[in-house]
Amino acid sequence: MANIISDETIEYVGILSKLELSGEQKEQAKKDMGLMLDYIDQLSELDTTGVEPMSHIFPIHNVFRQDTVTNGDDQENILRNAPEERDGSFIVPKTVD
Amino acid sequence: MELLELTAVQLSEKIKRGETTAVLATKAVLAQIEKTESVYHCYVTVDQEGALKKAEEVQQRIQAGELTGPLAGVPVAVKDNLCTRDLLTTCSSRILENFIPTFSAEAVENLEKAGAVIIGKTNMDEFAMGSTTETSAYGVTRNPRNTEHVPGGSSGGSAAAVAGQECFMALGSDTGGSIRQPASFCGVVGMKPTYGTISRYGLIAYGSSLDQIGPLTKDVRDCATLLEVMASYDPKDSTSVDRRGDIAKKSGYDFTSALVDDVKGMKIGIPRDYFGEGLDGKVREAVLQAADVLREKGAILEEFDLSLVDYAIPAYYTIAAAEASSNLERFDGIKYGYRTAEYDGLHNMYKKTRSEGFGPEVKRRIMLGSFVLSSGYYDAYYLKALRVKALIKKAFDEAFAKYDVILGPAAPTTAPRLGQSLADPIKMYLGDIYTVSVNLAGLPGICLPCGTDSEGLPIGLQLIGDCFSEKKLIQTAYAYERESPYGTKYHI
Repeated sequence: MANIISDETIEYVGILSKLELSGEQKEQAKKDMGLMLDYIDQLSELDTTGVEPMSHIFPIHNVFRQDTVTNGDDQENILRNAPEERDGSFIVPKTVD
Repeated sequence: MELLELTAVQLSEKIKRGETTAVLATKAVLAQIEKTESVYHCYVTVDQEGALKKAEEVQQRIQAGELTGPLAGVPVAVKDNLCTRDLLTTCSSRILENFIPTFSAEAVENLEKAGAVIIGKTNMDEFAMGSTTETSAYGVTRNPRNTEHVPGGSSGGSAAAVAGQECFMALGSDTGGSIRQPASFCGVVGMKPTYGTISRYGLIAYGSSLDQIGPLTKDVRDCATLLEVMASYDPKDSTSVDRRGDIAKKSGYDFTSALVDDVKGMKIGIPRDYFGEGLDGKVREAVLQAADVLREKGAILEEFDLSLVDYAIPAYYTIAAAEASSNLERFDGIKYGYRTAEYDGLHNMYKKTRSEGFGPEVKRRIMLGSFVLSSGYYDAYYLKALRVKALIKKAFDEAFAKYDVILGPAAPTTAPRLGQSLADPIKMYLGDIYTVSVNLAGLPGICLPCGTDSEGLPIGLQLIGDCFSEKKLIQTAYAYERESPYGTKYHI
């Protein structure tokens, strides 16, 4: 394996991904990611000098509309999906003291 | 002929002629589900009550002459990553185990307006990440052609439901082959249209620049008809393309007009790179026999080198994982879905919720995606993949300057046995070799049955077209199907 993923890297990836990994899961993730990056490294064989990165195949433009409400008030149904709600609001863990 | 053996279009004609009803068709499908679902497990949710109620309403509107379209009264299955109002939508993930959308996907809306009856939501690989429907949090789906084998994926439940007569037609989504590969494995017709043709509004995103909704059906006529009903320009999806406009070469939405049995002079390219190492002998033979059928009917066939085929998979997985890591940020346990039971503060809640809510394959791709987008690696991996994507698109542009259609297999093998694929992810990813480049280049691709292997497992023929040339694909597929023993008759 050419790509060795360090403990620091997998720790950082865990923070970016908002995932909590056990020790065993971390080791597996290091191995999986290393193998996958080895595989992706094939792309470096291709000379892409002067090639523009292509994110979309067609020209994509923002679609604008008047800021008018077209859907009805669906607050009750929307909140029904919330893990916790009260008085028409989502309940979230305390974030500021 | 038994009701369940009809194609969707045939069924709707019979309903409109008064020879049967939408209610009888729905009941027949529900009875079939009752009989075979314990083995196949095509569905995450079967909406028996809602379907029967809808069928009655649709039947009345057909009798009143209000619903006259080609799919009025037809029971349809919907992949569980498409939002359906008031109906559980899980993406086959624990993290959406209790999500009831307050709106329906635009494609679903279009289908309901046309009078189709939603039977339920089909099983899939979790968040459409997988090629076997084995990464679902709700159990595996079995291939109705041989229940020891997988149905393919990620739209495996939809393909299996069509093959197993647990619906008359189904919706899938295709990010890297997730409609065409299960169609190949289950012996049904599946199509991924040109990017932007069917609105992605209400499709739970995986790789937004690659995702397209498409039909899974019993034959090419149903495929063209379902595509015609679903496709529309939708301002709610900023990547929706108006096919009446110049970007789409005014190609339009009249897909069924291409159901013409004529391929005389159609220029078909066969990429040598699609017939190299790794392709099963029986698959090669069946696909080349299909090419012969088209040649006999007057098509002009020629071999050529497409190039870059081996680079499509690493480019695809880099881009798809990057987009997935961003798209799946929204699952945070606040507004909908699963939330962990015990936590210490906001960030711990996010982490625990996501770690418990996502399965291993989804986590693997989120982590890879986060890595390739992180500072220091963004240029080397993500931008590099986008540059390779540009090269792949250019290779297809050159091919379509010479050919109307590209012909090849949809998958290197027939359906693998259950339980054999997940242990080695990279090997599983290699199975996508003939499908992913189509998504990278935004092209349309159709897969239809063209043979079976020694175990009776279906083999799929893939036809690829230039952007907005669905009609050429439909015409070629239709002409082949007319001559093929694996056409509509295969299902009867």
